[in-house]
Amino acid sequence: MKRSARLRPACITAAVATLAMVAAACGSSGGSNSSSSALTASAPGVTKSEIVIGSHQPLTGVAAPGYSEIAPASNAYFQYVNAHGGVYGRKIVYKYLDDGYDPAKTVSVVRQLVLQDNVYAIFDGLGTPTHLAVVKFLNSEKVPDVFVASGCECWNSPSTEPETFGWQLDYVREGKILGQYIKQHFAGKKIGYFYQDDEFGMDGVKGLDDEIPSSQVVSKQSYDPTNINIGPQVAALKAAGAQVVVSFSVPAFTALLRLNSLKLSFAPQLVVSNVGSDPITLAGLLQAFAKQGGATVNGNQLTQGIITDSYLPSLGQTSNSWVAMFKRIHDTYDPKAPFDGNVAYGEAVAYAFVQAMFKAGRNPTRADLVSAIQGGLTQGPVLAPYTYGPSDHAGMTGAFVGEIENGVIVQQGSVMVTNTAASGPITAYTGTEQSAPASGLPPR
Amino acid sequence: MQEFLEFTLGGISFGMIYAAIGLSLVLIWRGTRILNYAQGGMAMFTAYIALIVINHTGNYWAGFAAALAAGVVLGAVCERVIRPTQGKPPLNAVIVTIGLLILLEGLAGIIYGGQFRSFPAAFSISGLKIGSTSLGASRNDVFVAVAVLAAALALAVMFRYTSAGLRLRATAFSPGVARLLGVRVGRVLTLGWVLAGLIGALAGVLVSPNTFLYPNSMDSIFVLGFTAAVIGGLDSPVGAVVGGLILGVALNYVSGYLGSALMPVFGLCALVLVLMVRPSGLFGAASSRQV
Amino acid sequence: MTLLRHLGAAIVVALIVGYLSISLNAFRDFQIAEIAVYVVAVAGLTVLIGLSGQISIGHGAFMAVGAYAAALLLMHLGWPLEAVLAASAVITALAGLLVGVAAARLRGPYLAGVTLMLAVALPSLADQFAGAFGGDQGLSVGVTTPAFLGATFPLTRWLAWVSCAAALITLVLLANLSRSRIGRSWRAVRDDEAAAALAGLNVARLRILAFVVSAACAGLAGALLGIVTSLVSPGSFTLTLSIALLTGAVIGGLGSLAGAVWGSLVIVLVPTYVTDVATSHGLSSSVAANIPVVAYGVVLIVVMLAFPAGIQGALRRLYGPVIPAASGSLNTLRRHAPASEHPEEGTQ
Repeated sequence: MKRSARLRPACITAAVATLAMVAAACGSSGGSNSSSSALTASAPGVTKSEIVIGSHQPLTGVAAPGYSEIAPASNAYFQYVNAHGGVYGRKIVYKYLDDGYDPAKTVSVVRQLVLQDNVYAIFDGLGTPTHLAVVKFLNSEKVPDVFVASGCECWNSPSTEPETFGWQLDYVREGKILGQYIKQHFAGKKIGYFYQDDEFGMDGVKGLDDEIPSSQVVSKQSYDPTNINIGPQVAALKAAGAQVVVSFSVPAFTALLRLNSLKLSFAPQLVVSNVGSDPITLAGLLQAFAKQGGATVNGNQLTQGIITDSYLPSLGQTSNSWVAMFKRIHDTYDPKAPFDGNVAYGEAVAYAFVQAMFKAGRNPTRADLVSAIQGGLTQGPVLAPYTYGPSDHAGMTGAFVGEIENGVIVQQGSVMVTNTAASGPITAYTGTEQSAPASGLPPR
Repeated sequence: MQEFLEFTLGGISFGMIYAAIGLSLVLIWRGTRILNYAQGGMAMFTAYIALIVINHTGNYWAGFAAALAAGVVLGAVCERVIRPTQGKPPLNAVIVTIGLLILLEGLAGIIYGGQFRSFPAAFSISGLKIGSTSLGASRNDVFVAVAVLAAALALAVMFRYTSAGLRLRATAFSPGVARLLGVRVGRVLTLGWVLAGLIGALAGVLVSPNTFLYPNSMDSIFVLGFTAAVIGGLDSPVGAVVGGLILGVALNYVSGYLGSALMPVFGLCALVLVLMVRPSGLFGAASSRQV
Repeated sequence: MTLLRHLGAAIVVALIVGYLSISLNAFRDFQIAEIAVYVVAVAGLTVLIGLSGQISIGHGAFMAVGAYAAALLLMHLGWPLEAVLAASAVITALAGLLVGVAAARLRGPYLAGVTLMLAVALPSLADQFAGAFGGDQGLSVGVTTPAFLGATFPLTRWLAWVSCAAALITLVLLANLSRSRIGRSWRAVRDDEAAAALAGLNVARLRILAFVVSAACAGLAGALLGIVTSLVSPGSFTLTLSIALLTGAVIGGLGSLAGAVWGSLVIVLVPTYVTDVATSHGLSSSVAANIPVVAYGVVLIVVMLAFPAGIQGALRRLYGPVIPAASGSLNTLRRHAPASEHPEEGTQ
């Protein structure tokens, strides 16, 4: 059973890869992608020995805590790949520059990467407002813009922005999946929303509203991420009598929500979006307060019972082959960072990139990478299938809902998949989960 | 009604933090006519030192004391860096303090990393109750308010009844006259910075449980602390405390009743209104002429 | 006479920049545009602080006004570029009038406090009125190269030319303004308000006028920034930007408009250069990312302590006696900063 599960996707990959190669060979008419051909400098940023890619990340400033772990984690995975034969012998050089989460700065560093450093592609550029500032530029320069680190729906416009691809589960789908769970499990309860007052929070609310009957929603409170004093918002949720609070927040504000609830003697059931619920990050943030809260001496006590969703395997499942692989690579190449959700994210998205690079062929052009992804990617560590196709650049389609118990997300029920339409059905995903390749490298 | 109570007490708790930052700005301004934009950065840096000591010793109060001591040292060091700008155009000092702020934030990022650090509170953060009514304030909030008030009172006593306080006031009134009267003005200015470093460190330790600790964690707190000092009048320690309280409570009402996004706009309007009526703040005396 | 001299200098600089933009790569074009944008804003701030003696820690807010005005005009009315830039400057000048009136009675740190809160509060309006201003994601700004340059002419180079032209025009206008009667009156007010008032100058009106001129420059710079970066969003107009402008003005040297050019070079090039050095030395991520921050802080402190009159002041001290004319054409503000101990510059 396990064997066949492992074999089947490999077969599919091989078949798709063959098709893609045929397509690429027809398209480029050179046939340069056959396995025996010599390595050439086939595209900007691709030399005989290297593939140079770039990214913009918040490494300093207010958005840096947490998010600044992602790029080093991706780089750790690339270093692992480089140490194990690289991509058809080429090493991946990952150049990520600091934009401080300022869109004007993003424009500047991305131009530097594309126009001066001649990167092959922009990979995992982080943030909605920041990345929106460079999408048009990247598409006009025909630079592949893959796996944007943001759950905005806006990366899925293949007709106008053919180079851009999303990756993570978008916030609307996520809102719908959480909303359905709330509708089913907390029927008749009073629901309060707590969300960040930007596209992240508002998309999430859109998804929630598709599922949760409006009669149940008693209060909607938004917060501004530059203002840590959220006491008034929590007091308003409490005054409205919310029994369940759904939170589309970043981890620091999930932790603040928890602390302010304690202060106000308010104890609703918390439902938190994936972005803000990584148990290890939250436990770290709450660590200093747990001691006084009771007997335990770690932050887990304060995260106990939070309901959330995840599109990657829970890091608590240490026996999961992907988690084990990520941990192994993290311990060797990025040991200083805590092994948390951001690190897993960084490694998983890097894995997807290497998948795509293998599919793009031995001597890839920029167009080869785009058509490789459009040909579809196998799931890898991701729990629900990707949407990738010529007319869909969105990325993941679903996640499971789980509850944090003793610092670990425990899955409740199946992985649910859906689309972004208001009335689109939310169904259980019946496909089989894949195991991590023993080599740690995606199958060619 | 309970909501109103919660907004008010929560506002007082934050207001006392703004007051502490405002107070530290006033201490430096009175003596040197320098506005110390590095105050938030200094508070952040000393809070890191406190955290390291707490994690090392397991004792909150050891860290608390270490932060205050570090604040004293940092205040003296910053005064040394800034001293050469005395007698130069006043904006030079402003830029040096901004440079210090940026330097401290960068150093914190290098030394401690850019991650959020959980910072403990002195006392329980669980809400207090009277009967079954929740107050929306914890034991720790009470401690924050008491600590800042105690510090303000201690300063007031020092200014009034000690010779050091007298020299500070004399120098604030007129450095030239003070020098003629035999006051060693340089030392007195250092004392102002040291006290400011101390109060700033207190603010950092008190607010960090609410903000988590990271290199930029004091940025927005500093802006509001500065606003509090301006509302109160930069020459007046009492003004800083009153300004902080007014700002903290008023902003909480705006945030609670009208929405958090309106807070900055309201803060601006309040500031402009106060200064239209009193251009040197509520408790400010004479108008100053410098940039 | 001076007008001609300023124009001549501007034409020489324009030729040099034009040559550079063609011979360097596209990213350098972008940097040239970026520097020019900062020159416009910093020059306006230099006039406000250096000439009229008022401080603003919130000039990023005026840039935001200009940028949003430009984006909305391009989007809804489709005006030609030069009209959009001019209109953005005018609209921001009106905003400057408003702030100037509110601030006319305020001095020193009180003015600093109000402008600081302005920088914090204004961008948050974009979230408040997301319908008009696009919220957090902002508005996209699309411009194309004009037809007469041909279809293959790089857009970045065109934008570099536009920005530099705007910067040069701004510098020439400001240089002449500072030589004019108004400039002299500003200096008089800066150096001794009471004496200026006794001499019959309308102090309040002059102070407000300085805000208007300075805001117009910031608005033009904001509009250019939006066009160069093709996006206007609140995240670009944070307090950090306002502080960068202030540091640019002071580091460059408040005594002259040439200082605005030096200051802009420092704030654009120092972080980029140090980042390149730091990342190429294989340092760990959190260290490499923070080294430019530390370096920037150190540069600010060292320049201010070593060269109290800013870079231009230092240059003048070093080379001034030898080649007075070379950098002199734009040095019309003359005196260092608003140091009130030096009232001899008062022209009354």
